Amino acid sequence: MSILFVLIPLSLALVGFAGWGFFWAVNAGQFDDLESPGWDALRDDPPNNDSSDD
Amino acid sequence: MNLCFHCGEPLRGSTLFARIEQRDEPVCCTGCQAVAELIAGSGLGDFYRYRDGNSVRPRESDHEDKWRVYADPRFAAQFTRTTKERTSVTLLIEGLRCSACSWLIDQVLRRHAGVHDVSVNAATGRASIVWDDAKLNLADIMRSIAQLGYAPHPLTDETVTRALREERRDSLKRLAVAGFGMMQVMMFAVAVYSAELANEIMEPKLLDYFRKVSLLVATPVMFYAGAPILLSAWNSLRSRSVGMDVPVGIALLLAYGASVWNTFEGAGGEVYFDSVTMFIFFLTLGRFVQMSIRQHTAGVTDALARQLPSITHRVGENGVEDVPVTSLRIGDVIQVRRGEVLPADGQLLDSEAHIDEAMLTGESLPVCRRVGERVVAGTLNVDGPVKIAITALGADTALSHIVSLMQRAQTYKPALARNADLAAAKFLGYVLMGAGLTCAAWLAIDPSQAFAATLAVLVVACPCAFAIAMPAALASATANLRRHGILLTDPDALESLAKVDHIVFDKTGTLTRGELRISRCVPLAGVNEPHCLQIAALLEQASEHPLARAFAPYLHKGAVEDLQTVAGRGVQGRIDGRLYRIGAPDFVTELCQDKRPPASPPESIGSVVMLGDEQRALAWFELTDSLRAGAADAVTQLRSLHIEPQILSGDGQRAVQAVAQRCGITEHFARQSAQQKLTHVLDLQKRGKRVAVIGDGVNDAPVLGAADVSIAMGRGAALAHASAGLVLVSDNLAALPEAVLLARRTLRIAKQNLLWAALYNLGSIPLAALGFIPPWLAALGMSLSSVAVMLNSSRLLPRAPRRTTVPTVIAAAPLRETTA
Repeated sequence: MSILFVLIPLSLALVGFAGWGFFWAVNAGQFDDLESPGWDALRDDPPNNDSSDD
Repeated sequence: MNLCFHCGEPLRGSTLFARIEQRDEPVCCTGCQAVAELIAGSGLGDFYRYRDGNSVRPRESDHEDKWRVYADPRFAAQFTRTTKERTSVTLLIEGLRCSACSWLIDQVLRRHAGVHDVSVNAATGRASIVWDDAKLNLADIMRSIAQLGYAPHPLTDETVTRALREERRDSLKRLAVAGFGMMQVMMFAVAVYSAELANEIMEPKLLDYFRKVSLLVATPVMFYAGAPILLSAWNSLRSRSVGMDVPVGIALLLAYGASVWNTFEGAGGEVYFDSVTMFIFFLTLGRFVQMSIRQHTAGVTDALARQLPSITHRVGENGVEDVPVTSLRIGDVIQVRRGEVLPADGQLLDSEAHIDEAMLTGESLPVCRRVGERVVAGTLNVDGPVKIAITALGADTALSHIVSLMQRAQTYKPALARNADLAAAKFLGYVLMGAGLTCAAWLAIDPSQAFAATLAVLVVACPCAFAIAMPAALASATANLRRHGILLTDPDALESLAKVDHIVFDKTGTLTRGELRISRCVPLAGVNEPHCLQIAALLEQASEHPLARAFAPYLHKGAVEDLQTVAGRGVQGRIDGRLYRIGAPDFVTELCQDKRPPASPPESIGSVVMLGDEQRALAWFELTDSLRAGAADAVTQLRSLHIEPQILSGDGQRAVQAVAQRCGITEHFARQSAQQKLTHVLDLQKRGKRVAVIGDGVNDAPVLGAADVSIAMGRGAALAHASAGLVLVSDNLAALPEAVLLARRTLRIAKQNLLWAALYNLGSIPLAALGFIPPWLAALGMSLSSVAVMLNSSRLLPRAPRRTTVPTVIAAAPLRETTA
């Protein structure tokens, strides 16, 4: 059972890594809009993006 | 340059920027960024040119300065509406998490002298405040909200976008931490429980290790994911009131504290890390669902408000120039190009245009607007460039009017919800007493059980589900109604609409379009019909008279000379050398050599005009108002819902009868004055009927006010809108039966929610006090009861739009801004 003393810290490190990845994705705006990017691919003309110059 | 643009402090490594007049300026902190962008976004960027050095230093640590900006009446006027001594504002309150928060803010604000009315809605995260400007200013109000630990934002476009995005990201992160943490802790808890169940003794060293790892994982869950709960509990305790989060916060701290103690002080006591993390996860999940529904509802309104462009093309003396919309004045002429959104209300000047009004009305086909007609801000020009003379700007536009009506509705709590809140607040006091009693009783009977039982009572009794039962259902229903082109301006109207059994229609503008069409052309003296129509259309093309518009569809090529309009009588003009007149019969016969007036068309049900030349009368035209598409269907459907339709109209008997017959309405009353209409509705109500009135005009306002439910047409007068509970923005009568069905469903679901929440709370507390519910089960039950209420309410949300491209434009445009 002493292997647990190695495996558990390892799993915690993995959880920490996953959490970090998720935080990065949220901060990068990956979850801000789950609908329109899917529709963007179907749009013919590029939308006049008047806020893209921000 | 390493100084903050706003406060002049060193940047200290900050990478934040504020966008001021198309330039990115470095700022030192989010406080400076928010204020700087707010000032610039309100068109007050000049402030930065004229200020005396860096006098204003709003810093996050110094709230007094941050709010002082709002004390300037000129600045505050950007966000407030003032009538007589009353000033009102709608604030978006960041950190507003549950109805306990809204209750707290409500209470604290009401303690100020000069505050007339406060209405805070947790489900929309907004507060509506009405106060006396002589005694108090906006800064005082914002400051006192900030002192409670919330961040108030006056409702403007940019602040809404950023606040919503930040709130969403924030709660996603907390949810993730709580979820990951709960899974890890559960893994260890299951191992320990399995050993207990199998009656095996776990190695003390391993057990101790498990507990310490659980502590390590549970701590960020407790103090990061659980922070909003603990903070909210602390804030309400500090202001000496019992909020929803107080028992929850106490339970969390007790359980966590006891677990930490037992982890380090021998293996005798229980640890509750599993219960703590699970409780926090489910609470966070419930709040996340509530936030999503709230943002969905708010998103629809804000999508409307955010459609407006910031730059437009003004037609001036030096040709067309690009100017910011904020610099426009009433009377300016602007050019709107193909595919652009109108920045203000105005009149079409040079050519007719096809306007996509979907943002406003939900109508998917572009509508043709003719020269001289009103076009409104927020709609889209789908034709080539048109010129528009501005008639209303900013807060005066029809769009702003609608948005403020919706905001009023969203922040106003219906009677049912207010009662539920009151009950919940009282209930909380009893819960705390009950927990104390449970603890005392168990200490006397079996001290080893006291802690677990008290914990269970505190957790299980949180009346969160009870408090969100009604607001959750209402928020979803409002979003759904909006999809049908209906604005709910008074949430109480939904409850009344569900119970309505009579509906009274106005005729003109409601059942009919309120636009005249040529229903009959009677040529005289052997002239053919198209020829008569052609001449009439040419004569009427320049006339402003409402009758004249009916002839526009018949206009073809041709030239008129010497066109003269005689006010109140008709028009005269020369076509191909011959002089013609159109208008009132006596005006036309004056010109004719043949003075005998030809017989009027028999049984006319509309207005009549005559066309003649110098010799004789040429034709009669009969103009009538046409029935709205879907009027007859709507009436049939309403009848199948056991709602009896009636017509009350100020028009003549014959016209009313004709419309009634075509719609299939048997009860109709003609030549009714506003007073008679009012008496009629009051009589119906005296006989115990619940009456909905639907009308469009200013003269309908008193009747609308008296009705159980009042419905106004979207194209109707603003006064009618103000006194109506619902506004049919799309003017589509077919939405009416849908609205009734939805209202009935909403009421049913709200009642289910309330019943479920009451049963749960009343049933679970005795069981918990008797020690039948371990803390982890209490946490699960309490959280699931709230989640159940939210999920039940989300059944009222509109189905995802998959019909036309229009809804995706609404959904995509504002959201793209947020990712930019």
